[in-house]
Amino acid sequence: MSSATITLSRVQVQRSPRHTTRIYIKEAKYEFLKNLRLRVYTASVLSFPIMFYILFGLVLNSNQAIGGMRVPTYLIATYGTFGVMGASLFGTAAGLASDRGLGWLQVKRASPMPPFAYFTAKVVTSMIFSAFIVIALFTLGVTLAGVRMPVGDFVRLLATLVAGSLPFSAMGLAVGYFAGPNSAPAAINLMYLPMSFCSGLWVPFMFLPKVVQKIALVLPPYHLSQLALGVVGAGTHESVVTHWEVLAAFTMICLGIARIGFQRDQEKMYG
Amino acid sequence: MIATLERPRSTSSNNSDLIVASLEGVNKNYGNIQALRGVDFRVRAGEIVALLGPNGAGKTTAVKLLLGLMPPKSGRVRVFGGDPTSPENRMRTGAMLQVGRVPETLRVREHIDLFSTYYPSSLPAKEIMAAAGLEGLGERKFGDLSGGQKQRVLFALAICGDPDLLFLDEPTVGLDVEARRMLWDEIRQLVRRGKTVLLTTHYLQEADALADRIAVINKGEIIAEGTPATIKAQTGGKKIRCITNLSISSLLRIPGVLEVKEDREAVELHTAEAEPVVRELLSRDPALSGLEVTSAGLEEAFLALTQDGSRNGNRAN
Repeated sequence: MSSATITLSRVQVQRSPRHTTRIYIKEAKYEFLKNLRLRVYTASVLSFPIMFYILFGLVLNSNQAIGGMRVPTYLIATYGTFGVMGASLFGTAAGLASDRGLGWLQVKRASPMPPFAYFTAKVVTSMIFSAFIVIALFTLGVTLAGVRMPVGDFVRLLATLVAGSLPFSAMGLAVGYFAGPNSAPAAINLMYLPMSFCSGLWVPFMFLPKVVQKIALVLPPYHLSQLALGVVGAGTHESVVTHWEVLAAFTMICLGIARIGFQRDQEKMYG
Repeated sequence: MIATLERPRSTSSNNSDLIVASLEGVNKNYGNIQALRGVDFRVRAGEIVALLGPNGAGKTTAVKLLLGLMPPKSGRVRVFGGDPTSPENRMRTGAMLQVGRVPETLRVREHIDLFSTYYPSSLPAKEIMAAAGLEGLGERKFGDLSGGQKQRVLFALAICGDPDLLFLDEPTVGLDVEARRMLWDEIRQLVRRGKTVLLTTHYLQEADALADRIAVINKGEIIAEGTPATIKAQTGGKKIRCITNLSISSLLRIPGVLEVKEDREAVELHTAEAEPVVRELLSRDPALSGLEVTSAGLEEAFLALTQDGSRNGNRAN
């Protein structure tokens, strides 16, 4: 039996950078596995954009064109945006609201987990699912509808959409800090579905009513979808820089709101 | 400046002055509700302390303050002589809290693997699983476990970093008798290895069975503190239970009877000394039946301490 020693002095327990890295990696790995096995998550977040794409892009309109661009190509950008948004919002908000509201986050906070690892894991997981959706849509388009684009374009499209996961992950954190564990999914749907429609992710932007087109200008998914469409060659209405600026500003606002929630949580008890 | 303690393998009344966790004059409010009022409370190295009280007494609040999960309104919270929120302290502390939902799709093994990574010198997974009685359950998803098994996983997460100080908030809620005893053994084992444990419970038996020291908390105040024996001695006495025709008022007139309670067809008398009262009872009611005399356990001590006085039963004086 080891003779135990208890000290009151400050113990030198500095984590090595390698140890810290390992924590971040494991946190992300298990967050990913957790969501991957969560049927509610995968069923809604992964299958909807893919089903929509198969139905509207491959089965119904595969020979049509929108603004001189083939529908199957156009829809990779818009349903891709739709998928990224869903994966990121649900991936962060639903988990956070539940962890917060039902006590699990307190167990984690009481442990020596670096708090930032928790948030990073959620964002990274959202990005992985986002990438998966975009790759799945692209693969379907290429194999079943003869979509062709230079490899460089595809990489840019993928990078754009995966980067576009960030503003929605930030939004998810903000929602997750203010929604209850049971109301979070409904709250997300209330924002996610109207935003998708008004941003032209379901019905191409030019077919939307004029009023809705005006509303779209302030909606982040509109700007992300325009960036994605820009990559595949469907004209953007504003400059690329403007789109990124709007998304960056939106991200900062959401992170600011999430931060308020984070600080409020330190003061309050749940469960 | 290093204070060290070689802990002897004795249990009760540890004479060490080394305070590893303390609440000093702590007040805590949730809105208008005062959860803790001027609480002074210390945990010394190597002891098992039970914070005993009914639901809503402030037990969990005390634990959360000591874990640095929230700040007190006033007063001071110290762990290992410092700030409970410091990463150094968190690496030496383990916590089992009451959780509404734990991620259900992760396997037991994975939960333990993740939490073990947080600590600088965690125990081997096999040892943790054995200590928490989780052998053979590693591949199970958390959501597929029974209530008792879930509770044991939370215990495993609390001990996986081999912490010096352990906070267990109602650790045996939902456990069956066997699982509860197993966990008690495990907690005793930890203290034998030099750990310090603060546990909260509303199971009086649990505090009695485990703790070196009990602090009774009610409505945010510590109302009694001491070894289980001292707590019992504060009320002490015997409990006499019988079925009798005597009226409550006449029972209360028997010398030495402190309190009378009706319990279905029987009555329960609380007294300092049983024999004279029993003699008197038998002489006044020859038809008396179902006589039982027990010593007032912690249960009675606890009730006596937390009762408002008039609510439950008729008191003499």
